[in-house]
Amino acid sequence: MNPTHATGDYLIRGASLLAETTADLLVSDGRIAAVGPAAATDARAASATVIEAAGLVALPGMVDLHTHLREPGREDAETVETGTRAAALGGFTAVHAMANSNPVADTAGVVEQVWSLGRRSGWVDVRPVGAVTVGLGGERLSELGAMADSRARVRVFSDDGICVSDPVLMRRALEYVKAFDGVIAQHAQEPRLTEGAQMNEGEVSAVLGLAGWPAVAEESIIARDVLLAQHVGSRLHVCHVSTKGSVEIIRWAKERGIQVTAEVTPHHLLLTDELVRSYDPVYKVNPPLRREEDVMALRAALADGTIDVIGTDHAPHPSESKECEWAQAAMGMTGLETALSVVQHAMIETGMITWADFARITSTVPAAIGRLGDQGRPLAAGEPANLVLVDPAARWTVDPAKMATKGRNSPFRGLELPGAVVATFFRGHPTVLGGALNTPLPLDGGA
Amino acid sequence: MKHLLSTLDLSRDDAIRILDIAEEMAAVGTREVKKLPALRGRTVVNLFFEDSTRTRISFEAAAKRLSADVINFAAKGSSVSKGESLKDTAQTLQAIGADAVVIRHWASGAPARLAATDWIDAPVVNAGDGTHEHPTQALLDAFTLRRHWARARGTGSLGTDLAGLKVAIVGDILHSRVARSNLWLLRTLGAEVTMVAPPTLLPVAAGSWPCTINYDLDDALAAGPDAVMMLRVQAERMNAAFFPNAREYSRRWGFDDARLAALDAHGLAETLILHPGPMNRGLEISSGAADSSRSAVLDQVSNGVAVRMAVLYLLLSGDQQRTANETQG
Repeated sequence: MNPTHATGDYLIRGASLLAETTADLLVSDGRIAAVGPAAATDARAASATVIEAAGLVALPGMVDLHTHLREPGREDAETVETGTRAAALGGFTAVHAMANSNPVADTAGVVEQVWSLGRRSGWVDVRPVGAVTVGLGGERLSELGAMADSRARVRVFSDDGICVSDPVLMRRALEYVKAFDGVIAQHAQEPRLTEGAQMNEGEVSAVLGLAGWPAVAEESIIARDVLLAQHVGSRLHVCHVSTKGSVEIIRWAKERGIQVTAEVTPHHLLLTDELVRSYDPVYKVNPPLRREEDVMALRAALADGTIDVIGTDHAPHPSESKECEWAQAAMGMTGLETALSVVQHAMIETGMITWADFARITSTVPAAIGRLGDQGRPLAAGEPANLVLVDPAARWTVDPAKMATKGRNSPFRGLELPGAVVATFFRGHPTVLGGALNTPLPLDGGA
Repeated sequence: MKHLLSTLDLSRDDAIRILDIAEEMAAVGTREVKKLPALRGRTVVNLFFEDSTRTRISFEAAAKRLSADVINFAAKGSSVSKGESLKDTAQTLQAIGADAVVIRHWASGAPARLAATDWIDAPVVNAGDGTHEHPTQALLDAFTLRRHWARARGTGSLGTDLAGLKVAIVGDILHSRVARSNLWLLRTLGAEVTMVAPPTLLPVAAGSWPCTINYDLDDALAAGPDAVMMLRVQAERMNAAFFPNAREYSRRWGFDDARLAALDAHGLAETLILHPGPMNRGLEISSGAADSSRSAVLDQVSNGVAVRMAVLYLLLSGDQQRTANETQG
């Protein structure tokens, strides 16, 4: 029987907190009991399991605002169990499960099911995202309040995969969720401008003869939505921003004090539409891979705070959904087990951000957007022990076959990347130790 | 050359080699016995996921004139229409022992997928994929133009390219695999290309292409092209607001009798009119133009067989020669 609450004590010795100061950390009873000299002298330290962490960077556990766990409905692609194992291995202690399951997470019943599966698995906190509209249909609001009041305590609502394109419906949703401090996470994609779209519209699509996905289809929705958010005084979160123009609109909105937050995926920080020349559907994703200048604008925006967070948009698919013609293939890429390394490669090794910034964009701010009180906290005595130890000097070659996710659709296959998650502590319990899965911490015995 | 997937990645040497071999193949087509033993015992599969009688019979004639066995696999009514994947179809053809696969597919990049994966080892010939490329069409157009260009200069065409030739490609460039393949190949062979189309039927990034863009057909004709290639326009495009209606399209971008007369008025006695077929008479081309002495439409069809013979010959027997050399080495 797995423990239902963390029992052991752990003394993490010589970790570099946010790569700023070296200190010991004592983890006990789900919390960081002590930091610094007090950790080793604490009475509990003597019997604690010692983890030598010299050379490792300690970070708050990563929080993903954008994960597709596929359950219920597509258990062939991923389950809460396999997806959260992948999350723990990737350094996450919380993930937001997107609503496009089958049935859609548009009722209290479905979000409680997903939440409950997460509790039972015990690898990370699973926070269900509620659908904005019934069945992602874009016509009627889901029972947003019921989902907010459910045991899953939903605060993030999204029709991700489909844009809430009706401006009136979007306005109402933005207004309505203020009643319970919710946020609408918009998948910005003007549907008419992207009918049949297969890839970024530009020089590459012109050559490949694939129907183009213009940047303006994303940017026009973001422009409309920030103005709506300003008008009704609501919070707006923009999912997976992918273009330079989107960045400029969000920057403009923030300068005006509009409550907008924005997310970027690791793959949009590294990959461009040049890869589509292979017609290999592993590079097919929504929003599509864009141009080099978009990648550079996204990196700069993440560094200067215009873009607030990393969201993986982890989207596992069975291999038959990718082993086909480009136009037939499903959109999406896995990302949980590569996010940290890709961001280290694209942002830290390029000198654009520090590990402290990394903690902000992968933990503190996403937790704040999702209103997760016990995630994204500082590495300080008394705080919940959701943390990760990273070996920044490690190098590894991405092999999708070795991943915990069921999805083999990693666009980083074969790429050598820096940084490895050595340990992940979830509520004081090591879900990952020595770079491998340890044991979970189920929070109810399957109740 | 292991496959023929696009003209974008076709070198000048390979292109000229194909065209030169096609000249020899064309000579076979004029003989009483139109058959060579070159591919005896080899199996060519025509794998057609999209209807195309013209291209299929052209490839079939080409393979048969080289004595290959031909299997026609049409997706409609086959296991593909019951949901069989491209991967399974390809592996089935591999197991059957196909020596070459000629694939026509509605999805851009499907031939490239076949070539890049390990689903099948055989050489892949792209017989038109979505709105991407149609390399053998471009090769037969180049063959037709090269003969014309050489004749105009009083030389033979063997070994020559299209340096200095001016070609206008007119119509639905956005959705045309013929336009893309022609652009790359014509440029590789030294020709100058002008794309003439409504702005809605050009890719937004067409400005990055190595060609001139002109929205005005009359203006483009006044510039004195040596050949005008008219593309098929689907009337249903007007439903997606690419143009207001067929009549307006025809007035502005159709090659009508007035424009045929304008070629004479401009003193362009040698300018050819090409069309990949099937033609929409009265829409993008008038019957007067299609049936005029300038029209190369039927030459294109017969040259298509010769060019496809050359491609199959190079991919199949070329491979054999290489294997033999490697064995000797």
